[in-house]
Amino acid sequence: MSATPTRGQVLKLYKQFMKNARQFNDYNFREYFIRRARIGFKENKDVHDSQKLNTLFKEAQRDLGVLKRQSVLSQMYTFDKLVVEPLIKSHGHSRGL
Amino acid sequence: MLGRTATTIGCRLSRLSSRSLRNGLLCVATRKYSPPAAAAVELANDLSLETHTDIQAAAREQAESRSAAAGTASEVSNSGTSALQHAYQENTGFGTRPIYLDMQATTPTDPRVLDTMLKFYTGLFGNPHSNTHAYGWETNKEIETARDQIASVINANSREIIFTSGATESNSMAIKGVGRFYKKTKKHIITTRTEHKCVLESARSMINEGFDVTFLNVDENGLVDLKELEASIRPDTCLVSVMAVNNEIGVMQPLEEIGAICRKHKVYFHTDAAQGYGKIPIDVNKMNIDLLSISSHKIYGPKGIGALFVRRRPRVRLDPIISGGGQERGLRSGTLAPALVAGFGEAARLIKQEYPNDIAHINRLSKKLVQGLLAIDHTSLNGSPDHRYPGCVNVSFAYVEGESLLMALRDIALSSGSACTSASLEPSYVLHALGKDDALAHSSIRFGIGRFTTDGEIDYVIKAITERVRFLRELSPLWEMVQEGIDLNSIEWSGH
Repeated sequence: MSATPTRGQVLKLYKQFMKNARQFNDYNFREYFIRRARIGFKENKDVHDSQKLNTLFKEAQRDLGVLKRQSVLSQMYTFDKLVVEPLIKSHGHSRGL
Repeated sequence: MLGRTATTIGCRLSRLSSRSLRNGLLCVATRKYSPPAAAAVELANDLSLETHTDIQAAAREQAESRSAAAGTASEVSNSGTSALQHAYQENTGFGTRPIYLDMQATTPTDPRVLDTMLKFYTGLFGNPHSNTHAYGWETNKEIETARDQIASVINANSREIIFTSGATESNSMAIKGVGRFYKKTKKHIITTRTEHKCVLESARSMINEGFDVTFLNVDENGLVDLKELEASIRPDTCLVSVMAVNNEIGVMQPLEEIGAICRKHKVYFHTDAAQGYGKIPIDVNKMNIDLLSISSHKIYGPKGIGALFVRRRPRVRLDPIISGGGQERGLRSGTLAPALVAGFGEAARLIKQEYPNDIAHINRLSKKLVQGLLAIDHTSLNGSPDHRYPGCVNVSFAYVEGESLLMALRDIALSSGSACTSASLEPSYVLHALGKDDALAHSSIRFGIGRFTTDGEIDYVIKAITERVRFLRELSPLWEMVQEGIDLNSIEWSGH
């Protein structure tokens, strides 16, 4: 059906994951999705089977959709910052992990 | 995408009437309005979509109104407060919302779960039991998918899953239902002393119905004695109910061994797996479990839904508590909530999919926390160190009162036991069952670690607890005596 995703496409997808994860207003969700994206892409980095790559790519695209919607929602319904969160944003995300 | 939807809705609305503009969010420039109306539109244009929930403001107000009510507070109590204020000095430059470490009470809803649920509130509203039209079929299909996802976590068949309102209902249904169905021939139930309140209370209510209930003791590690269990099975025993993971101390019971014993004596085995489902490996077939209670909000799903696994082969019969239209195999009538069911299903799918990552993460943080806390003098871990779910850490801090430590830890959301009993000042009955004395049971705190807990939070908690335990102990005369080497048990306290 569709061609195997290229290295560039996968990297772009990863960047999008990170971008959307960082936009979560909620500290715990933000840290989790950043961690999850890193782990997810890392554990599949040696997959070369084109069929498996295709399914993984499609799944990841669906997950990215969820992440996008939910990070927007998280910005709409905000709460006070946690006691471990610096109030002044130090560029994007904290390097907690 | 969101913006586009908003504009489309806006266009539609503008065609309908200007009345809709009153809601303030949507506006369209295609119509002419009288000046006041136009002003309202302009204002609505730069209205932020963000709705902030300021939780701390409520807490601050409460504190202020309390101090105002106290009015002329004496100097003594004033000095006490200022001393305590020193103990929980807040870091400036950081937020004020407490860290959440009470995962045994409930877990935050996973955004992926919410994403599955939203469509049921925005259009997919059919009654899943309406089988005459598409609205019903749509939601019914989603419910069956969820049922499959929930069943596959414990290697069950989807037809064995009965949706309930939560684990409390599941537990009551299992104990009362099985008991009542077999009451003519079998009138004995076995459970343990460390069960959740709802199991204990259900068992107690069965005593009123003429049943005999054996409450098994546990050893100092919180585990049941299998020999004692086997010995207490009688010819008229109908049910054994032992929880999978304890909600206060996180101890895992040997389910497989208990299941084997129950099967050997042809007694039904019910397990309350509210804290264990998806967090420890459970296989209902391998472990010979006949009934199993599940709660959705302990696995990052929505609150208000749970399930009961009821084995079909060999069939477990039970009397329904709720009568009605015969939904859920007639065992639990009433229209299902498709949104909650689908959210629960997604949560179950995620807990299975994320199991290796979650467990590795929780293990690592748990080890770090236990090490950090046990490094403080005179602290001890409650419950078995080996047979435990790492996400529940219960530690006793000797010579500190648990409640006052919790008061001094306003920046960390913790509890000294289960949420249902935290209102009373009684020490935990679970720790009592383990043979802990009152003082130690009073000074225990439960830490819950979950999928969304971070390293940063654990570091903060270890530091905060270490500081404040030291501070509170310095106030304590008992601690002073211990430091001087006086054995507290040798003291004869004068009675009042």
